[in-house]
Amino acid sequence: MALDLMRRSASSTPAGSLSGPTTEVAKLIDISKCIGCKACQAACLEWNDLREEVGVNTGVYDNPHDLTENSWTLMRYSEVVADNGNLEWLIRKDGCMHCADPGCLKACPSPGAIVQYTNGIVDFVKENCIGCGYCVKGCPFNIPRISKADHKAYKCTLCSDRVNVGQGPACAKACPTQAITFGTKAAMIAQAQTRITDLKERGYKNAGLYDPPGVGGTHVMYVLQHADRPQIFAGLAKDPTISPLVDLWKGMLKPIAMVGIGLTALAGVFHYMTKGPNRVDAHDEEAAAREMRRKAS
Amino acid sequence: MSEKPENILDRYTTGARINHWINAALLIALALSGMAFFHPSLFFLTDLFGGGAMARILHPWMGVAVVLSFGGLFFRFVKFNFWTKEDTQWMKQVGDVVNAREDKLPEVGKYNAGQKLVFWGMVLTIIALITSGIVLWDQYFAQYFTIDQKRWAAVIHALAATGIIMIVVVHIYAAIWVKGTVRGMTRGSVTGGWAWRHHRKWLREEVSKGAK
Ligand code: HEM
Ligand code: SF4
Repeated sequence: MALDLMRRSASSTPAGSLSGPTTEVAKLIDISKCIGCKACQAACLEWNDLREEVGVNTGVYDNPHDLTENSWTLMRYSEVVADNGNLEWLIRKDGCMHCADPGCLKACPSPGAIVQYTNGIVDFVKENCIGCGYCVKGCPFNIPRISKADHKAYKCTLCSDRVNVGQGPACAKACPTQAITFGTKAAMIAQAQTRITDLKERGYKNAGLYDPPGVGGTHVMYVLQHADRPQIFAGLAKDPTISPLVDLWKGMLKPIAMVGIGLTALAGVFHYMTKGPNRVDAHDEEAAAREMRRKAS
Repeated sequence: MSEKPENILDRYTTGARINHWINAALLIALALSGMAFFHPSLFFLTDLFGGGAMARILHPWMGVAVVLSFGGLFFRFVKFNFWTKEDTQWMKQVGDVVNAREDKLPEVGKYNAGQKLVFWGMVLTIIALITSGIVLWDQYFAQYFTIDQKRWAAVIHALAATGIIMIVVVHIYAAIWVKGTVRGMTRGSVTGGWAWRHHRKWLREEVSKGAK
């Protein structure tokens, strides 16, 4: 699987692919199969050689309590009353969704600090990151974290280093129930459909696939038992899109500002060309001298 | 007073001039480093500041410095910048202004209406920039604001920055166009003729105060 670039942050010229069309990949997280063991979370730390601080318990299983620059994935536990009145324990593996239209990449001001490969994976390139935090503002899922150690942005890479050599992500490899699987996006959608049929037969009539079109679809997808209410899965966004404010900031505002500043400067040039300098003449100096003498006497 | 030709007037003290040029240097450095983040084609400007990460670190600190230095200018000049009826009249005749028909305009005090607008425009944009800039300053303030507040701050900061850069361009152009102005901020003095032509009321005031 060649890791050619499809998009590159803050770059006006197209990225272009040498090897032609590449198959899109995806990770499928089947929440109905997850037992919350956190093997994936541990595997992520291990493969990426990261350490998380020993935390404190606040009465829930979430540990750490939020994504951090070291914990690129996090199990989030929610207790909810389902449609049928049963209490359900929903466990969602949070992390980067690898949007087809990534808000982080759109917001990033540093050329090549965020790239999207032709297989759909969105990756941060640390050497180019300046630590401004614009990606945090661009992301519709609140995923990137800026490290306090080196002031660079971190998030799930979808194990692009492993995928590059034909392996699946570390979390998928570690999962004991195969709640996490990895393959081509088409294969993952097909697999999700069979699971959804199963779930519906078992009475989860709103079971469905989470592949939100507002961000062009994602390369991390969920099978949700209650796809009509993604919010109950620890606040998963219902119809995520890049914020209109980010669209404005990274869209219209740029030409408006550049043209506004350019025209102001140009107006000065043309004014000078047509009207010439505004010079003090001899009359002014004489009048001033008269004024200054008159008052002095 | 030291020997000075008959027709020369003091316009700016040494302190005011130093203050002004520090402020000018900071504003230009802020505009250059800020524009580098604003547009990919201008990212190369970060090299002037030691690379992307250094520009990102320096920009907000220069912003803090500009608030201090502009504060100095504000307290020095605010008393000359209150709006008057003549300023409204001057603005109505902006056609005469750009055509250099000073003879048709009302007599102007220390500052004309355009200069006052530059002054108040900078006051407003700098307040907007420091406020939104702090919300954007993730290295120290990330935990105090929501992501949506930061998105608003980014839009406001970019708009206010565009505004202040346009104001700076107008300000610099005015100084280039009106000959004899720049020496006021370099040597601190202007000729009587310059004052007669552009700031006659101020000239009369200075003369009646007995200053030269
Ligand atoms: C007054 C205090 C100011 C503060 C605290 C401040 C802070 C910031 C911060 C934190 C950023 C994000 C990038 C970074 O982390 O360096 C930024 C961006 C920017 N700043 Fe400022 N700044 C200030 C003043 C100014 C001024 C006076 C100008 C223009 C002359 C300016 C122009 C810009 C521009 C153009 C951007 C890029 C905005 C974008 O990417 O859309 N800033 N500023
Ligand atoms: S923090 Fe790094 S990756 Fe994020 S937007 Fe800034 S330069 Fe890009």
